[in-house]
Amino acid sequence: MTDVANTLERRTLSIAGAEIELFEGGQGAPLLFLHSGQGVTAGDPFLALLAKERRVIAPSHPGFGKSSLPDWADSVDDMAHIYLELMDRLDHGKVDLVGCSIGGWIAAEIATKVPERIKRLVMIGPVGVKIGTPDKLDIPDVFAMPQEKFAKLIFHDPDKFRPDLKTMPEEAIAAMVRNRETLALIAWEPYMHNPKLKHRLHRVTVPALFVRGESDGLVSAQYLQGYAGLLPDARTETIAKAGHSPQLEQPQVLLTKVLAFLNA
Amino acid sequence: MKAWHFSENAYPYLPPADEYESIRVNLPNKNYDPEKGAKLYDRFLDEWLIAEDEGMEIMLNEHHQTATCVDPAAPIVLGALARLSKKARLLILGNPVANRRQPVRVAEEMALVDVLSRGRLECGFVRGVPYEVLPANSNPVRMNERQWEAIDLIVKAWTSHDGPVSHEGRFFHHRNINIWPRPYQQPHPPIWVSTTSPGGAQQVGTRGYVQATFLTGFDGTRKIFDSYRKGWREAGRGNDVPIDRLAYAALVYTADSEQRAYEGADKLLWYMRANKVPFHYQYPPGYMPVSAMAQVMRGAALDQHAALKDKMVVEKAVEAGIMMAGTPDQVYAQVKRFYEHVGGFGHLLIMGQAGFLEHDDTVHGIRTFAREVYPRLNADYPDTAISSVQQERVVA
Repeated sequence: MTDVANTLERRTLSIAGAEIELFEGGQGAPLLFLHSGQGVTAGDPFLALLAKERRVIAPSHPGFGKSSLPDWADSVDDMAHIYLELMDRLDHGKVDLVGCSIGGWIAAEIATKVPERIKRLVMIGPVGVKIGTPDKLDIPDVFAMPQEKFAKLIFHDPDKFRPDLKTMPEEAIAAMVRNRETLALIAWEPYMHNPKLKHRLHRVTVPALFVRGESDGLVSAQYLQGYAGLLPDARTETIAKAGHSPQLEQPQVLLTKVLAFLNA
Repeated sequence: MKAWHFSENAYPYLPPADEYESIRVNLPNKNYDPEKGAKLYDRFLDEWLIAEDEGMEIMLNEHHQTATCVDPAAPIVLGALARLSKKARLLILGNPVANRRQPVRVAEEMALVDVLSRGRLECGFVRGVPYEVLPANSNPVRMNERQWEAIDLIVKAWTSHDGPVSHEGRFFHHRNINIWPRPYQQPHPPIWVSTTSPGGAQQVGTRGYVQATFLTGFDGTRKIFDSYRKGWREAGRGNDVPIDRLAYAALVYTADSEQRAYEGADKLLWYMRANKVPFHYQYPPGYMPVSAMAQVMRGAALDQHAALKDKMVVEKAVEAGIMMAGTPDQVYAQVKRFYEHVGGFGHLLIMGQAGFLEHDDTVHGIRTFAREVYPRLNADYPDTAISSVQQERVVA
């Protein structure tokens, strides 16, 4: 693997009262990458691979990483609007849009607002809609479960991703806490979805790829199928030996599938 | 000094603690027998009225989806007490306004109780403990901001008398605010706010509301009261902070012999021992500031819980200042020592019943305190006393 620290460069942009941290790198067609609840860093292994083929633009969502959170922002819709302005500002024209988990939800909101600005859409373990019945949460309640149970639900192999909280740098642990706080702010109620979104997704006529890890305990196969079915031109893929974050557990396999779709 | 009898209305008839994960949030209510529960309500209401007969005031609170406090709708019990009692002040501490969707409804409930009791309401507001956010489906992020907007909106509802006013705020929206009845007390019932953090206390001091803190011990309480006094003075309310602005809640058991007192006090510690709650209910995201939560993630919470476990015997709890227990002389001395350490406070909120402390023992504790300790505290600390720590008094 190349020196990832050199692959992506960090800068900051002021948008609508928010200071947005942005990681950029690589050459090729522009790709806007929207991270999961775990956040994004300059050393992200999946982005390093992706940047070999594409111009990758990966912001930290407001309230995540080092991006500030304006007082007025408290919803996924707010984040989508901030990114609309980011897209205006960067002026890349049409972009490929890739979102993971909560980033998938933001991507879906953006795509319903400006479908003409999107080339292709990739949703990796996405949340954002309500598919099942009212008497069961579609996504297990990540704010009300023991850490160990959470790790088992999101990873195929949790042992490889167990952070050592005693030795983790102060800054990293604070970022982790803050990411989770912002996730709760925007996804608490309605839990992990916007009831209106499913009635808007028909506008997203561009080709879309919905991906989940086979061991994902948060986004079920049924949920992914139901979600993809709301878009006129969407297909689904499953990644073996991966959980909620195939970009962490199977970056190479995911890259192959994503590029095959984007280049089709 | 005013003393308040307080009971959490716990339901203690539970299976062994190792058979359930948490006493709050997810303990199935099949463990609650409504027959036993009805008898408990009768009993706890009786005990409040006995405390009133003994010259004490009445305090109650509210929690949700828990066996530790089966009073999920405190305004309803408060309504019953407003009719059953005759002279005691009635303190609800409090309304969890960050978790209530309609502050104007809270203003209506409290105004009704104030009229029903002929102006005996003392209206407390609380942010709500962390394990309340799941039962209330309440977003744990920005709770402080919601709480303060709700309190201001309630005061507006209480004090607007010339027809409808409106509110379009950050968290709450109300097009037509014109409550009936309006409060009995003018301009509105006394307001209490509970907080266990110095930052929160300073804000309460700025507004001059009554500050209550729970089981924060000698040094924790002093810090909180210092912050309150600072906020009070910086807001230009004058140098003197009346003691009736500050309240402290402790476990208190007084009996005619030391042995009986310690046995009763040990039963009160059920309140702490039974509070089995897993980490993920104790620490919802956004409830505490990022820096404090980062320390918790590193293991600070484990240290805190270990320290708390140490205090779960009567001697240690007394030493820490979270409990006053003993004969009348001993309890009197313990309250005095606490009073002097923290700079003085005007309200002692007495958690005088918990768990398996049965009716007769509860009443014995109430009566012994009320007859043999309370008059001495009243003589030493009249309501007109000023709260300040020793150094400040020397300088002044």
